[in-house]
This record gives sequence, structure tokens and C-alpha cells, in this order.
Amino acid sequence: MSEELFTNLAIFVLSLLVGFEVMSKIPATLQTPMMSGANAIHGVVVVGAFVIAAEANSWPFYILAFLGAFFSAVNVAGGYTVTDRMLGMFDRKPAAKQGEADRK
Amino acid sequence: MSALQTVSALIYLISAVCYVLGVHMMRSPKTARHGNGLSAIGMFLAVITIIVTIIVEGTIDSVGWIVLILGLALGILYGMVKARKVPMTDVPQLVSLFNAVGGGAAAVIGIFDYLLKGDGATLSLAFSLPVFLDVVIGGITFSGSLIATGKLSGKVPGKPITFPGARLLNIIVVVAILVSAWFMMASPTNVWYVILALVMSLIFGLLMTLPIGGADMPVVVSLLNAFTGLAVAFAGFVINNQVLIIAGALVGAAGTILTLQMADAMNRSVANILAGGFGTGDSDANSTADAVPVDVKETSADDIGLQLAYAHNVMIVPGYGLAAAQAQHEVAELAKVLTDKGINVDYAIHPVAGRMPGHMNVLLADVNVPYEQMKQLDDANPMFENTDVSLVIGANDVTNPLARESGNEISGMPILDVDKSKSVVVIKRSMSTGYAGIQNPLFSMDNTQMFFSDAKKGLQDIVAATKQYLE
Repeated sequence: MSEELFTNLAIFVLSLLVGFEVMSKIPATLQTPMMSGANAIHGVVVVGAFVIAAEANSWPFYILAFLGAFFSAVNVAGGYTVTDRMLGMFDRKPAAKQGEADRK
Repeated sequence: MSALQTVSALIYLISAVCYVLGVHMMRSPKTARHGNGLSAIGMFLAVITIIVTIIVEGTIDSVGWIVLILGLALGILYGMVKARKVPMTDVPQLVSLFNAVGGGAAAVIGIFDYLLKGDGATLSLAFSLPVFLDVVIGGITFSGSLIATGKLSGKVPGKPITFPGARLLNIIVVVAILVSAWFMMASPTNVWYVILALVMSLIFGLLMTLPIGGADMPVVVSLLNAFTGLAVAFAGFVINNQVLIIAGALVGAAGTILTLQMADAMNRSVANILAGGFGTGDSDANSTADAVPVDVKETSADDIGLQLAYAHNVMIVPGYGLAAAQAQHEVAELAKVLTDKGINVDYAIHPVAGRMPGHMNVLLADVNVPYEQMKQLDDANPMFENTDVSLVIGANDVTNPLARESGNEISGMPILDVDKSKSVVVIKRSMSTGYAGIQNPLFSMDNTQMFFSDAKKGLQDIVAATKQYLE
């Protein structure tokens, strides 16, 4: 196994563990925005779209680069916007903090 | 490492930290919006870094710039317009659509690099294995998420779609995927194997999602979200970019946990859901419900108005039917009419009410329901003893007392203890069963009255009647 692959594999496994840790015990209230927010994060694939666009040198590759850029841009821009809209709805209640303390 | 590589690696690291902290902050409603903002900052940093990198490296040609900028501009425009215009009831299908394109982008990157580097060269397993995983997982999420989007929006029938020979076709497709994997690694010069892998995984995505009922779709969307995360992580292996690996793995783990939690709240196992053929997404009209006459008391909007006007504590139990009828405005109006006269109104929200966990909270927040009125299952259940009227709107399985008994489909599922309140009013279109397909004895209990109506229309009538008694 090459050193590069091993490093990447270690990063992958550790990130999975961090993900499990960070995401456990999410309140059900926030699961939809949370899913949408996580969805926006995998839009980081846009970085890959830049990388392939820089390597493209013939038409089939240009078309693939275009598709990659388009798909990932939809994912990033749309994902963050809709998540923000949803969370803004929870945000605009000034009494939200008190409400949590009042429960029960 | 050159200076540029070092600096960009460090900035990628910062952006990865932003994602982790951002997701962490999304656990509380107070910090959630800032969390999402922090995650977006991380994304911005990553994009700036890659722009600087490709400019400095200078390998990109002018056509490359044009396709890149055109693709990004169109994508940003489309994504923003969709995200701004979507009504809150349609959020689940939009999330699924964005998930589809994410998976598609990951697959495209895998195919690109394979075609570019696979041309005549001998490829190491360390390269071709991640490419294979990237393309296949990306392909499955792309077509699977599109079907999920269609099912949630009603463009594809919500009921399970099965056909004879489906199982055999599944086996053939899986075998074809494995064969293409073998050849992709053994003879990387042939482009047809990666194309075969892509086409087969697209078909597999369809076959996987079509037999699953609409009501189970949220779990599938979450699972496919996890898949996309993994596809993105493998795309990171392919282009040797660690920010993709970290962010992809993070989302993969997040999606997995959400999937398990949701399946739990619905009292189903993920394997059971994926087996499909169960659940219709909406009330099943031709179930056994019609054959078994149930002794129920029908009531009128006028009578409900009277009950509500003389109540002290009212609990509203919104369910899938409310979301489907888009009656959240009417329910908020009714609550406002009551609270203005000093009647306590709360909402008891089951974790899987609506079309996605937490979706009901989003719908209610959208119509300005105060956050403190939304009670989650554990907070709501002790309140029912002191509730004068529970108003169940389009909820079925989540209020079914049979869950407390053993030996049926929903045994052990956490439910809202509506039956413990002094009086229960159920607004429902017919006596049909919920997606679990079993009768709800709540409907024939002594203190329960049924009001057969569409949620929206029924609530409008109740608001009018209630106003009349409160004035």
C-alpha cells in the first residue's frame, strides 16, 4: 500500500468516527435542517470539479467538467440556501431560548 | 511539498474544521443557523483555495475556464432559485434533488480521472478501486435520489412499484457491476467497463428505490445522502484531495446516523425498508379498514368549535395528513384564535410527523408557531392527562395505542399518548388505515370523536365555528 493511500485511508476512517460522534443525539426538531446541511457539505465535491476542469483538454473532457461544475454548484448553492432558510425560521423567535427552559 | 501545496493543505484543514464545528452547532436551535454559516465559510475557503491553486499551476486552458465558469454560474443560479422558491412542504424532495446532483458530480469526477489516466497506462489498485467505488456509489445515488424526489413530489407514484422478475434483474445488475469492477482493475485501457459500471449503477439506483413506498422515502433520502458522502470521499481518494475525504466521510457518518434514528422512530429496520413493497405514503383506501365496520362517533365542525371554546388546555397533534393537505396555515390560525382568548395551545410532535423527521417543526415554524408551543414526544406525553381536547389532524400510526401491546407491526414504536386526554377529536378523510396498515382502536374509544374531512377544509370550518363561540 502506498504511503499516500494509507494517509488518505487514515483520514477517511478518522473522519467517519468524528462524524458519528458529532452527529449522535441530534434533536428530532432539527433533523430535516441537519440532513439538508449535511447535504450542502458534500457539495465540497465542487473542488473536484475545479480540479478536472483544469485537466480537461478535449471535448469529452470539457463536457464532463461542465457537468461536474454544474451538478456540484447546484448542490452547494442550493443546499446552503435552503438550509439557511429553514434555520432562519427557528431563529426568528426571540423566545426560543426561554421556551426550552420552560418545558416541563 | 511546495509552499503553495502546504498553504492550501492548511486552508483545506481549516475548512474541514469549519464543517465539523458547523455540524456540531446545528444540534441546538440557538446556534444552528450560525453553524450552517460556519460550514458555508468552510466551503468558501475551500473554493478560494482551489481557484488559487489552478491559477498558479496554470494547466487550465481557456475552454476549461469557459466550461467551468458556465457550469458554476448555471448551477448556482438554478440551485439558488430552487432553494429560494421552494415552499416548506416541498423541502424533502428538494433535499433529495440536491443530493442527486452531488452524487452525479462525484461520479463525473471518477469517470473523468479514469478516462484521463486509464488511457493506455497501467493503473494501480489504489487508483482503480476508489474510482470504481466513486462511480458506482455516485451513480446509485444519482438515479436513486431522482426517483426519491419524484416519489416525494408525486411525479412518480408513491406506492411501491414491483414487477415480476425484479429480483432476477437485480441479481443480473449486481453481477454486471462486479464484472465491470474486475475489468476496470484488470484492464484499465478499456473505457467501456467504466461506462458499463456507470449504466449498471444507474439502473441499480432505480431498482433500489422504485419498490419502496412513499412514506419510507425520507429514510431512503437520508441513506442516499450518506451514500453521496461516501462517493464524495472516494472522489477525494481519486484526485488525492483530503478536504473531499474529510467532508465526504463526515456526511457519510451523519447520514448513516440520521437513517438509523429515523428507522428507529418508525419502528422499522433499514433492511426491512430497503426490502420494499411496504407502505404507501398515504392512506391506503382499499385496506381491510373498509371491511371491518368500526363503531365510531362522528362529530361536526360546530361541535368541535364548542368543545374548543370551553377548553382550558388544547393539544394539537399534527401528522402526515396535515402536511399532505398543506393545512399548516389553518392550524396556526386556529391556535391563534384560541390563545387570544387565553386558552393554552400546544403541539405534540412525533419525531416522524410530516414527511421527514423534524419536517413538521419546519412547517410550523414557517407559519410563525412559537417554538415553545412545539412539544416533542417526551415532553408532550405527560401533558395529555391535563389536556381537555386533543385535536389529531391526519395522524394515524403515531397515535395508535396498539403500539403499547405486543404482536403487531407497530409494537414498541414510541407513540403520543393522545388517548389519555379527556377528549379526542380526530380529523381524517376516511376510516382508512395509516401506512402501517392496521386499525387504530383510538378511533372507537368512548372519548374520541371523528370528523371526516380534508385537513385544510375541516380546519377552516372549525376556525369559523370556534370564532362564533368565542365572541
